[in-house]
Amino acid sequence: MEWKRKDLLGIRDLSKEEILFILDTAESFKEVSKRDIKKVPTLRGKTVITLFFEPSTRTRTSFEIAAKRLSADTINISSTTSSVVKGETLKDTVLNLQSMQPDVIIIRHSMAGAPHILSRILKSSVVNAGDGAHEHPTQALLDLYTIREKKGRVENLKVAIIGDIAHSRVARSNIYCLKKFGNEVVCCGPPSLIPPCLDQLGVKVEFRIEEAIKDTDVIMMLRIQKERGGISFIPSVREYSSLYGLRSEHLHLAKKDVIIMHPGPMNRGVEIMDDVADGPYSVILDQVENGVAVRMAILYLLLGREQ
Amino acid sequence: MEKVLILGKKALERVINRICYEIVEKNHGCQNLSLIGIRTRGVYLASRIREGIKSIESVEVPMGILDITMYRDDIFKLKSPRVRKTEISFDVNNMVVVLVDDVIHTGRTIRAAIDAIMDIGRPKKIQLAVIVDRNERELPIHPDYTGIHYRVSPGEEVLVRLKEVDGADEVIVTKTE
Repeated sequence: MEWKRKDLLGIRDLSKEEILFILDTAESFKEVSKRDIKKVPTLRGKTVITLFFEPSTRTRTSFEIAAKRLSADTINISSTTSSVVKGETLKDTVLNLQSMQPDVIIIRHSMAGAPHILSRILKSSVVNAGDGAHEHPTQALLDLYTIREKKGRVENLKVAIIGDIAHSRVARSNIYCLKKFGNEVVCCGPPSLIPPCLDQLGVKVEFRIEEAIKDTDVIMMLRIQKERGGISFIPSVREYSSLYGLRSEHLHLAKKDVIIMHPGPMNRGVEIMDDVADGPYSVILDQVENGVAVRMAILYLLLGREQ
Repeated sequence: MEKVLILGKKALERVINRICYEIVEKNHGCQNLSLIGIRTRGVYLASRIREGIKSIESVEVPMGILDITMYRDDIFKLKSPRVRKTEISFDVNNMVVVLVDDVIHTGRTIRAAIDAIMDIGRPKKIQLAVIVDRNERELPIHPDYTGIHYRVSPGEEVLVRLKEVDGADEVIVTKTE
């Protein structure tokens, strides 16, 4: 197929074909990361700006490494070092950046829809690296890539997503992504952290972790989104951990070849215990590794499209 | 569209066979020899050359697959070209690498392939085997092993067709006029 999109804003509007095209392209780029010299000249002369208005370790580093491995020039801007602190609007910030002719702007913002607004005013490609509690498309893509790598397929799977579903953009993007391929998705968490209308997305809801992970192929653990007030929706972290924390004794309920995922950052001892996070079923570090390949593929496709 | 047959199945087989003998002769056997096929048809040709060398020397030389898309100098003029996997499982350092492709024209594909291999390791030598040399180079690159030379006239296209991808083994010239 031919990639025609200028931007990558969400999973919701991507077709199955486009998602698989990204995963296939990522597979080729993963080989580059395994070489001694992890660099190809593909995006030489292109400029990638990461504009992060929220903290990030994985996503930002992953995008930067992806761009650098493709020989693009990268510039990082964070909210604290940008003129936003002096009162400049987001629109003016990006218009000023655009005058410097970047090819891609990767944005993370606490406001849902911020990348969508920018995509309409910018000539350069825009990648959503997380917008509020809305979407985190590249995380869902790297999650699906990891699932395909470990399970050999992206269909006919039972996936449990456990934690603060209400405030999680990762959960939302993953639900859209997994349901597109007809998977069975079960969301689990305290009732206060389960958003209404999940059934409209074809998602089953369970309030007991034991029920949610029964016969699952994939368990995705999420942290409580403290920065979005998630903590005020539960009586105590201790109680949450005892009811919804994933422990090794839970795993016999899942399929024998279950994989445990977490988008990070993990709160060890809260939503996931050490022995599970570091155990044989955990693919958490594989997710991080695959993130680079998936982001290389996205940058390549956005910049390589017909201009 | 007019089609002219340049090499039929038997003739193509003979050409590949000759290239196998030339590779073995030029390298005094096949010690430290490896083959890398450039996607797509170069891969199948490399595989046939490997079989040919095996029947001559009773040695199976290592073979890899190279996708040069990431190294193309015209990548942004194309409509999102599909990047596929490079699969080279052996160490290219100090090897004699024979790059295999179906047609050499401008030399830009081979330039990209050499760049790609040099990023993977440092071979002792890189040699080039092609079935058809169109003799219209834009870069100073010359094949070491050539099946046939064919100077293409305006409106002509030379195609190496292989049964693995095209359903037939032949070299044809198509004329669009």
